Amino acid sequence: MNRRQFLRFNTSAAAPPTEGLRVTRRTNTGLEAYTASWTLDDKLHLLRRATFGPSQADLKAFDGLTAEQMVDKLLDTSAIKIDPPINNYGNKIADLDVAYGQTWINAPYNVNLEFARLLSMKGWMWSLAVNQKPTVYEKMLLFWHNHFAVEMDSIPIASAYYNYYKVLMDYGLGNFKTLTHQITVDPAMLFYLNGRLNTKNAPDENYARELQELFTLGKGPESQYTEDDVKAAARVLTGFTINLASSPISSIFQSARHDTTDKTFSAFYGNTIIKGRTGISAGTDELKDLLDMIFKKEEVSKYICRRLYRFFVYYKIDDNAETQVIEPLAKIFRDNNYEIKPVLKALFMSAHFFDTWNRGCVIKDPLTHSVSFVRQYQIDFPKKTDYELLYNAYGFHNGYMLLNQMDLGDPPSVAGWDAWHQLPIYHRAWITSDSLPKRNEFQDYLLWIGHKIGTSYTMKVDVWKITQGFSAPNDADKLINEACHFLLPVNLYKLQIEDLKEILLPGGIPDYNWTDEYNAAVTPSYPNHATARQSVALKLGYLYKRIMNLSEYQLS
Amino acid sequence: MKRRSFLKAAAASTVLPIRLNGMNLRSLQHSSLLGALGKRSANGKVLVIIQLNGGNDGLNMVIPLDQYQNLTKARSNVVLQESSVLALKNTTKTGLHPKMLGARRIYDNNKMSIVQSVGYPQPDFSHFRSTDIWMSASNSNEVLTNGWIGRYLDKRYPKFPQGYPNASMKDPLALQIGPLVSLAFMGPTANMGMAVTNPSSVYDLLDNAVGEVPATPAGDELAYIRLLSQQTNEYAEVIKNAAAKGTNKSTKYPTGVRGGNLAEQLKIVARLVHGGLQTPVYMVSIGGFDTHSAQVEAGDTKEGSHADLLSQLSIAMEAFQDDLELLGISDRVVSMTFSEFGRRVQSNASTGTDHGAAAPLMVFGDAVQPGIIGNNPSIPSATTVNDNVPMQFDFRQVYGSILQDWFELPPSEVKALLGEDFNTLPIFKNSLSRIDAFADFMTQISIGAVFPNPAKDRALISYRTDGGGTLQLCIYDSLGRLIQTCFNKPHHSGEYEHELDLKGLAPGNYIIQLKSPLKSDTQVLHVM
Repeated sequence: MNRRQFLRFNTSAAAPPTEGLRVTRRTNTGLEAYTASWTLDDKLHLLRRATFGPSQADLKAFDGLTAEQMVDKLLDTSAIKIDPPINNYGNKIADLDVAYGQTWINAPYNVNLEFARLLSMKGWMWSLAVNQKPTVYEKMLLFWHNHFAVEMDSIPIASAYYNYYKVLMDYGLGNFKTLTHQITVDPAMLFYLNGRLNTKNAPDENYARELQELFTLGKGPESQYTEDDVKAAARVLTGFTINLASSPISSIFQSARHDTTDKTFSAFYGNTIIKGRTGISAGTDELKDLLDMIFKKEEVSKYICRRLYRFFVYYKIDDNAETQVIEPLAKIFRDNNYEIKPVLKALFMSAHFFDTWNRGCVIKDPLTHSVSFVRQYQIDFPKKTDYELLYNAYGFHNGYMLLNQMDLGDPPSVAGWDAWHQLPIYHRAWITSDSLPKRNEFQDYLLWIGHKIGTSYTMKVDVWKITQGFSAPNDADKLINEACHFLLPVNLYKLQIEDLKEILLPGGIPDYNWTDEYNAAVTPSYPNHATARQSVALKLGYLYKRIMNLSEYQLS
Repeated sequence: MKRRSFLKAAAASTVLPIRLNGMNLRSLQHSSLLGALGKRSANGKVLVIIQLNGGNDGLNMVIPLDQYQNLTKARSNVVLQESSVLALKNTTKTGLHPKMLGARRIYDNNKMSIVQSVGYPQPDFSHFRSTDIWMSASNSNEVLTNGWIGRYLDKRYPKFPQGYPNASMKDPLALQIGPLVSLAFMGPTANMGMAVTNPSSVYDLLDNAVGEVPATPAGDELAYIRLLSQQTNEYAEVIKNAAAKGTNKSTKYPTGVRGGNLAEQLKIVARLVHGGLQTPVYMVSIGGFDTHSAQVEAGDTKEGSHADLLSQLSIAMEAFQDDLELLGISDRVVSMTFSEFGRRVQSNASTGTDHGAAAPLMVFGDAVQPGIIGNNPSIPSATTVNDNVPMQFDFRQVYGSILQDWFELPPSEVKALLGEDFNTLPIFKNSLSRIDAFADFMTQISIGAVFPNPAKDRALISYRTDGGGTLQLCIYDSLGRLIQTCFNKPHHSGEYEHELDLKGLAPGNYIIQLKSPLKSDTQVLHVM
């Protein structure tokens, strides 16, 4: 009996599956490299987690690569070049500083335009995910947007919000300590968590608290900083504020507002004393000391690795995952001076990551749900120069995500979205009796009806595109098999597959009927080509609809 | 005047008038108790929980008028003009924020209980932790992954969701009006709640699920989604029916944006209850209470973001109560507000207030015993940035009262659900409160003096009780954390002294609190 059979055997006596919330059993794999033969399902699994879902084009791009080559490519962001968000609103509201179709990121603040620019920003944020190259860049952008959350609602200055996002883009796959430093003095963050109001006479603890509680150490049992540490850290950070008069707004340090006395920390930090400084570099010097002190705690590396694990692997961390994955991963993080790429590389190449145990257990967040849908079906978007129409198409998805509690650019709080921190439900927070029907409605709507914008564009699935990407769509069994592997992260049971086949071949009629019908549909010279094309398209539509209505489709 | 004589004089001056009123109170209390014993059942009763997200500034909602001088000193840039505070019936000590006219009318119509300074012993200043503590009813240092409502519903509807809906319970057990289900509704093994934004339109789900799932984490998640999908379909129908059958009658619901979303949520609740839905618990919420800055308008402290929120809350509460009365179902519904914490006593430089500890909450409905439970918090004459309102009542005393006196659970089960035995409070007219409210009302307690003050290592405290009963003496630090419970024991009427052991306490301000079940007196002690 091999290990997996043993596990299955062990759990066969467990509670019946309908009970819902069972305690999981466990696996013993760790961070050691995955050495099994490299299959299509392995590639699909890696792409599901490291990107916003696999596309058929991505799969082609990785053809013939080994696991390591593929992971290296996913981490190679050198060729990434991203155009900034643009004025898509020029047809409706005049912007004297920015021409229609040009970017507004360097434009001066304009109270009448900021709202339109922020909407443009939201659409653009969605478009980054859908236009992604097959790298982990955009997924990490979401990770950091959730980790260092800033609400657009609180910063009604579009350029400041863009610059905040740019910090995440520039440092998101670089060094975590540097990223933390940059975010600490980012104008939007200084605005959002009141750092701008933090002065020696009226210290404001808001940022100092979240820096420890949410950004670096977390609230685990090993994180024992005290209320006094929060206060001392707040005093270290006094004097940083923002210059609202500059364009874009910038962060500045005002030494007159800085607390120049020594700051003493608790025993948790080894009673560290951060020397009070004076002068214009006092803030940066003390911030550096503060981060040095915090990053000396091993818990920082463990906390971030746990968050990465919950994001990329599964939200439950059992003892095995803690000792065999989190701890060695955290060591890699520390040994590499908090560089992010080595951590991701080790994780994405590990036996634990590829363990069948960990496949298909992530519930898609709304961004992944909407973007992977668009990528799977290769839905066409308006051309790049049709600025207004293009951003309206993005906006449709922003709206869908808003309905499903993931308003890109506006996380619910500084802690980010519930799915990545709320015990015990985590990812399950995405699926409620309110959101699950809306997910299905979204899929059905774009599959059957389509979303019409203006007079010339309809966002709608063309079932032929995805179908032609499969190896033998005129073979019912192969088509169903490949479609299910491509669209679903877990294998279906025989009964479910028979149910799907019933759609293509109702009443158990022989398989050649589908083959004939399909061949006629794709070959114009056949006499019944036109009618076959209609009936096959309809059947394909039902097939994909039924696959997506399965609960399995909500998993990744 | 000597210390002791002062104490006697203070006590004597307050005791007498209460004795005179006392007789009426006794008979009232007695008869309502008898009446209540006649019909006790949870059937048809509804609890509506109104969550104020972000940490509500209780000192700017329920105003301690007898502390005004110190309050003004502590928060000069946010404090209301005293003349603008709304007076409440039968008290001159406590008032409401000027924007809470609707809430005042509910109070003055004898349908509201205000519970002062509700919190828990070791306050946590993180929104997330503190919300979880309130939702799960855990101790501060303990992480529970299920909620107090979820545990209650699990008790009342065993084995849910297996075998539900069924003939005796065909409706959802708990509804969140909004898109997310809160931790409060999480039961020991299953989520007992359901989220709905629009009860008239729920999209049909078509998962032709087979019963089997793989024995992996993916299988767990799959089972969860399928179960939810199945329940959604089954419950969508009954919710749609109730929404179609039910109606709203009040004209007090706001129409503009100003009225806000909370009133809309409560309107849905009224319609569903009227439409016959048997769901016993609803949750609604309003966010924005994290008023670190610009809580009030500079120059006009009765305006600003907190005033807007309290206005929305008050309008929504009044419209809802009015609706329930017009629909003839107000005897079946009670509502309570809560927030994860209150805010600091002292305001900050940005006309805001930072994360704090205890705060008042409101319970309203026909079944509520009107009045104010507990004393105004006492505001020190000199505050520091860290000063907090210490708790008078544990939030689990409020939960326990609801479970025992509204949902009619026996005390032993209440204890099992909350983990400890928390004294219930006389929030309801039919209260079987284990606190004899009458006896406590008759009791007067006061701290005479703490000597020496400032003190080092030890200090002597003198106190007095008229009426006797169980008294508790606690030391809180200025953050509102419980540092020491000095004693908790029965007393006869009389004067007492107790020696405080201050060894090991860091220098600073401490609050000495003497507590009977419903009353408290405090003094600030400075430790050197």
